[in-house]
Order: sequence, then structure tokens, then C-alpha cells
Amino acid sequence: MAIRTEPFILNMGPQHPSTHGVFRMKVTLDGEVVVDLEPVIGYLHRGIEKLGETRTYTQIIPLTDRLDYVASMTNNFAYVLAVEKLAGIKIPERAEYIRIIMAETMRISSHLMAVGFFLNDLGAMMTPVLYMWREREKLLDLYEMVCGQRLTYNYMRIGGVSHDLPEEFLPAMKKWVAEMPRFIDEYDQLLSQNEILLARTKGVCILPRDTAVSIAASGPVLRASGVKWDLRKADPYSIYDRFDFEVPVGTVGDNYDRYWVRMQEARQSVRILEQAIAQLPEGEVCAKVPKLLRPPVGEAYGHIEAPKGELGFYLVSDNSIAPYRFHIRPPTLINLTALKDMVIGWKVADLIITFGSIDVCLGEIDR
Amino acid sequence: MTLLEQFQLWLGGIWPDWAAYIVPGIVGILVVLGFVVISVIVFIWYERRLLGRFQIRLGPNRLGPEGIFQPLATALKILLKEDIVPAMGDKIIHWLAPVIVFVPVLMVFAVVPFGEKAILADLNVGIVYVVAISSVSAVGIYMAGWASNNKYALIAALRTVAQMVSYELPVVLAILGVVLMAGSMSMTQIVTAQTLPFIIFQPLGFVIFFLGTVAEMNRSPFDLLEADSEIVAGYHIEYSGMKFAMFYLGEYGHALAYACIISTLFLGGWQGPFLPPIIWLMIKVVAVFSVIVWMRATLPRLRVDQLMAFAWKGLLPMAIINLFIIAAEVLLLPEITPWIIVAMNFVFAGVLIVLWSKLFTLGGGRVEV
Amino acid sequence: MKFERYGIGIAKGMALTFKHLFRAPITVQYPEEKLAVSRRIRGNELVWFLDKCTGCATCAKACPQGNIEIVTHVGDENNYVVDKFEVDTGRCMFCGLCVEACPYDALAMGRSYERAQYRRGDVILNKEQLQMSDIRQPSGYARPKIEATLPRQNLLVYWDKKKGGQKLRWLSLSKKRGRGV
Repeated sequence: MAIRTEPFILNMGPQHPSTHGVFRMKVTLDGEVVVDLEPVIGYLHRGIEKLGETRTYTQIIPLTDRLDYVASMTNNFAYVLAVEKLAGIKIPERAEYIRIIMAETMRISSHLMAVGFFLNDLGAMMTPVLYMWREREKLLDLYEMVCGQRLTYNYMRIGGVSHDLPEEFLPAMKKWVAEMPRFIDEYDQLLSQNEILLARTKGVCILPRDTAVSIAASGPVLRASGVKWDLRKADPYSIYDRFDFEVPVGTVGDNYDRYWVRMQEARQSVRILEQAIAQLPEGEVCAKVPKLLRPPVGEAYGHIEAPKGELGFYLVSDNSIAPYRFHIRPPTLINLTALKDMVIGWKVADLIITFGSIDVCLGEIDR
Repeated sequence: MTLLEQFQLWLGGIWPDWAAYIVPGIVGILVVLGFVVISVIVFIWYERRLLGRFQIRLGPNRLGPEGIFQPLATALKILLKEDIVPAMGDKIIHWLAPVIVFVPVLMVFAVVPFGEKAILADLNVGIVYVVAISSVSAVGIYMAGWASNNKYALIAALRTVAQMVSYELPVVLAILGVVLMAGSMSMTQIVTAQTLPFIIFQPLGFVIFFLGTVAEMNRSPFDLLEADSEIVAGYHIEYSGMKFAMFYLGEYGHALAYACIISTLFLGGWQGPFLPPIIWLMIKVVAVFSVIVWMRATLPRLRVDQLMAFAWKGLLPMAIINLFIIAAEVLLLPEITPWIIVAMNFVFAGVLIVLWSKLFTLGGGRVEV
Repeated sequence: MKFERYGIGIAKGMALTFKHLFRAPITVQYPEEKLAVSRRIRGNELVWFLDKCTGCATCAKACPQGNIEIVTHVGDENNYVVDKFEVDTGRCMFCGLCVEACPYDALAMGRSYERAQYRRGDVILNKEQLQMSDIRQPSGYARPKIEATLPRQNLLVYWDKKKGGQKLRWLSLSKKRGRGV
């Protein structure tokens, strides 16, 4: 006699320890197997795009901090690039280098957080998170030293950065950069060969190359699927063409590749940092820009390779002090669309870790 | 003759027979109960501190010296909380479940030998009693998951049944190896049979037993029942107040009980030079518990199908082979010096584990829907 | 035949966590020991200097939230006299744009960070409350002159103890740690 079974709907989130914010998934389960999934977003919607249209170009910078709050300096970076493109501003050399240093440290910090919480979703009980946060803590201290805040930096300005580096910043940064490869080795020792981690992630929830390209995924999610697409190489913004680094690419597109690509990217970021610190010139850190910027009529799209993918800002100017249209292309919202394709047929536990491996930030998705 | 029986005999000369029989029993039960509850409280503190140090932080250190009173404060907080029963839940089963989880844990301690004569009941089938009693907790967990009327709890309940049934088999087979070598099922005699601790005679049996018991007490990396990142808190998601405290006590009591059993079966129990037996037992228990905490601090969690596969494809065949090896050694080589058996078994254990690792394949687990 | 997954990865990981057992904890026992914050800290309150302020309201224009309310009247010497200078720190996001905008250095970010209040009304600060006092010290954010006078920030660093032992500690934190260390 066959037992009559029926799928049931499990409502995960918005209050769930593994949704990395306030994300909700309506999951249809057949036993433990995910049959269907419906993501529900919008619990953190603040209307940042519309708010931006009522603020001056400088006043928008603190708003961009609140998008991807794990790596807020990169949001500043992408936004000011868009404005500088719109207004045609040339920024000083030193500011370019400071921006690169900040963007790459942000990338490491964001990847450490992503990998740590990915392991937490796997059930590793905070230990990898705390080991990685130790390094992230040092970075946050350095950010605090530079711009006075640890989370919402508001550091980049149109035409440069708001402050020059303090005198004690560079020695501390050099020390951090020198130590970091050893810590990444430690994380590798802790994680990369762990049989349980391998069993949980290898070959699990594969995102095929074609699907990844067709949903316009970007960042580590795309590269884990084997597509060598990094805006730092594909469309070198700022001064990325001056640095020597590699773009790590995964092979299969499973959860392990997404983890592995992040760790390798952290290593490459350390390489970029070494070069950037060595080449850092003296000079001004901010170009002369009028306080109330009125860019000429037109439109501009500035995009960077943020830690989580391609972060773009689209601005339309009508020659007033505020943008006529302010649009954000958040990387994780678009990467998140792959979630359903990846997890159908896998278990609940795989759903959780796959969601973690995309490395979402709800501030950016709901904006 | 155990201490309890001596007490009964002595009291029998003064009091009527029925009182002399019952009163020492109650006293013994209260002593063991007090021991368990106090040890559990200390163990909760110890785990939190140790976990803190593994994670380069401090752990609770505010209340009392080194934060030793933190579990008391936690208990006080839990007791003052409102007791909530889900509206559509099954109230009677919801109320009964924590009791059924907690009581068997206490009953296990009846046969744990704390010293040569300090044992509550020296059953001649002591280890069978342990196996039988400790699996009752699974029923309680299942009841909790069922009565909570919560889908997370239900998933946890079904995971419990699968996990408990699967891991019972390798655990029992590993115990059989010990019983074969000791020639008795009585816990006291198993301890006295260990001139050398059985861990060095049966390393494979120890590994199997240890992993199996860690799975049975639902601790990392087999803590699927309360996987906080997946099914939030599993079976006790809808519990609060005193009932939650019962689960909490039950969980740590389970860990303590199994640490006692592991020490008794494989580490020589209360035996040891110089120090009194109870101290030796506690040293071994703390060592076992520390390893469990260490594993919790390091390892991620298995997936439910991998957990089943690990029990049925990994531990169970190895446990059977281990049993055959031990049986052959006991039967064919009774007079040989122990160190040769030790060397042989270590070689067997290493070869078996490495060979079995070839069966460990990655990927897979997708179901077409 | 290659043997790789017999538990060696788990053993390596557990060796690493065991190694961490002997590293010093990085936590700070907060109320007892406090870290020196950055010299440019954008702390929880603004500091307003009555004597320097000309009432030009540049800060109010720079504020993204429209948070600064400033009311002035023309005084005897053809200057602005500030009647009202009110900041709702409950809505303030401490971006520091007002401080950067002020042409007369009349506004600075505060250094304090323990400024929680029990009532919403208490976080609205008027011009008397905003002035410098013992509990409200200005930070060096966008104010290089103040920055030079402030103590250096504590940093979490490793230091080599004769090459071998690596030890983790907060730079220039007092030796005495809190209870239970």
C-alpha cells in the first residue's frame, strides 16, 4: 500500500536565522525536497531611488552607504564614478589609489563575511565567522581611522575622497596586507579539505554556465560557473588597468566553486593591495568641484565590480542640483533570480547554503 | 556488594524491612539526581567557556568568578518565562514530551559506576539497560515535534526517528565488542575487566561508538534535529519556560550520560592510580565532553541523506567487521599478550577507515521533482 | 590509488581550532575597558560653537535629512544672531556633510558614543545642549586642528614576540583586562 503524501508549504523568513536579513521564501516541500520556491522581497524597502531624486548629488552618497551595507565603500565608489562620468570630472592620482585600496579591502571584507556566514549556514557554529571577523575587525578599525565610521563610511566624494589618509594608516595597512595571506592559508586549512564541507558543497546546487549568463548574473556567482567576466578586466574603470592580478574562475558552478572563487579573489585582492600601496603617490585627494554640482544634461552609467557582482548606477541629469532619475543595478537582486533554478530538487539544507553562497545583502535587494 | 546495599543492610537492623529497602533507594536517587543537575549546570558553563576560547573570545565571565553562575542566571531567566502552548498544538503531548526526554537521561545514571561500589543498581545486563533506556528519548523528541503543530518541528521530529534508528545499530554493535572482551554485560565488571582501557584494544570500536553517540545526543556535526540555520530550533521551536529548560537539561544530561558511558566502556571508568575513583571518572568525562565541544566548534553539519548514508554505509559495516575481528581475537588468541592485539587492531582500524574512505563520493543527492 | 578523504581535512581543521585555544581572545570587556576611538570618529552627537557660528545655514542646506533647524534674526552689528539651532539626532545619520560644509568650523562631530536616551524628545538637541561640555567633546572629523590634539586610536594587531610566538592584542590597551580573562 502506498502512503498518500502531499507537498506542504514552508514559510521561511522574513524572521529566520539564515535569511541574511529580511528575506522570505515560500518553499513547497515534498518531505525534505524542495519542489517549488517563491522569493518574496521588499521588507527592507526604503525607496532609495526616489529619495535620491530629491537630494543633491553629494547628499546621495550617504544613501548609497545603505545599499550593500557589508561593502558600503564600493557603493560610494560606483556612485561617484557615475557622477564623475556625468559631469566629466578628472580626479587626482592619489584619490584614485586610495579608492582602489578601499575597494579592494572592502572586497576582502565582504568575501570574509560571505564565506563565514556560508559556513554558518552549513552549521559550523560561528567559528569560521569569528576567525574571519578578526581580520575584518582590523579593516573596520582602519576605515574608522580614515573616515570616522565603521559601517556607513560616506568616504568617497565627487572628485576624490573626503579625507586624506592619516599618517598611521599606511603602516597599519602594510602590516595587515603582509599578514593576510597567512590567515587565508589558515582558513584554507580549516575549510577547504574538510570532508563534511566537501560533501555538503561539491556538486550541490549547480548553476550551469548558460543559465548564469542568461540571467545576467555577475560577480563570484558568475565566475564560479566558469565565465571569466570581471569588470576590472573587461571594462577597466578607475586605474585597474595598472595592476597585475588574475581572475579566478570556477569549473562547475556548484556551491564549493562559489566558496572557492571568493577565497581566491581575496588572495588576488591582497596582490592588488600590495601594488597599490607601493605605487601610492603624494598629492591632493579631491579635485575642485562646486559644492552644488549641476552636471550638464545627459545620462551616465557607472559600474564597478563590487564584491557581490556588477554594481551600476544610472543617472539622468536635467542640469539641476538633483538627478532627474537615479537608478541602481544591484548585483545580488539579479544573482538571486538564479536561486530557484539552483535549488529545485535539493534538500532544505541545500536551499539554505545555496542562498548563503549567493551572498545576498537585503539592503541592496530591497533598496 | 554496592554501597547502597550495605546501607540497606545496615538500616535493616534498625528500621522495618520495607522502610530499610525504600529509604536508601530514595537517598541514592536524590544523590544521583543532585549530581546530574549540578554537573549539567557546570557543563553548560564549561561548554560555553571552552567554545568561547575556541572562537578566540571569552565566553560568559560576568556572574561570579569566571562566570560560573551564568547557567544559574540563565535557568532563573528561563523559569520566569511565560509557558506557551501553540493554539492548535496537542496540549497533553506537548506537556508530556519534555518529561519523556528528560527522565530516561536520569535513569541512565542508575547503572553508571562512580566507584568500585558506588553504583545505584549493579544490573547484570547494565549495558543493555543503557541502550534500551536512552533510546526512549527519541520518542519524547518525536512527540515534541508532533505536538508543536509547527512545520519546522515536524521536520525535526521525522529527522529524529530516522537518525536515532540508524545510529542505534552501529552503537550496539560497537558495545558488543566491548562485551565480548569483558565477558560481561555488567557495568562494574566491564570496568574491572579493563586492566588496559578498551580504547587501545578497540580503536575502531571506540570511533564508531563515539560518533554514534554524538549522533544520538544530537550534537554537532550531527545536530540535524535542532539545526538552527535550517529548521531554526527543530523540535523545541515552540517551547518556552520550564519545558524548554527540561529539553536543555535533557540535552546536556544526555551528553553527560554518554560521556560517562564512553568513559566506562572504553576509557577504564573509575580506574586510575592515586586519585579517588570519582575524580578519575570525572576527569575522563570532562575529557570526552571537551572533545565533543571541540568537534562542535570546528565542524559543519551533515545533510540528512548524508547522515543516513554515513550510518548505514559507513559505520554499520565497519561495526560488523570490527565485531568479527574482536570475536575472532577473543576466541582464537585468548592467551596472547595484549600488546599484539593492540597493534593488530590499530592496523585493522587504519586500513578499514582508509579503505572505506574510497566509498566516500561527493555530489549527488538531487531528486527529480 | 589516492587516499584523500579519510578524515584528514577534519583533522587539519580541528588542529587549527585547537591552536586557537591558545591564542589570546580579541574581545574587549566593554564597560570596564574602553578602546580609544578614531580621532576622526563621527560620534553620536554634533558639537556646535556659538562664538564661531555666523548663522549662514550652510549646514542646514548640506544635511541630506533636513535635520538641522536654524532660525536667525539680524543683530545690531549687521550680523545674524542665532535664535534657534536644533538638531534631531534621532533622525541624524551622522554622515558628517554638515561639518564638512561649515565654512567657519563652527560645527564638529562629537566623540561620544554612549548617548542613548529613554525618550524620543530627549534626542532633539537645542543650541544650549549642543555646545561643548565635558561629555560632549568635538572629534577631528574634517577638523585637522582638533584631530592633532586627540589620542591615537587603538588597533587590533599581532606583534611578534621574538619571531616565534604570535600574540594578538589591542595596541596600547592597558595590560589589565576585565574579570575572568
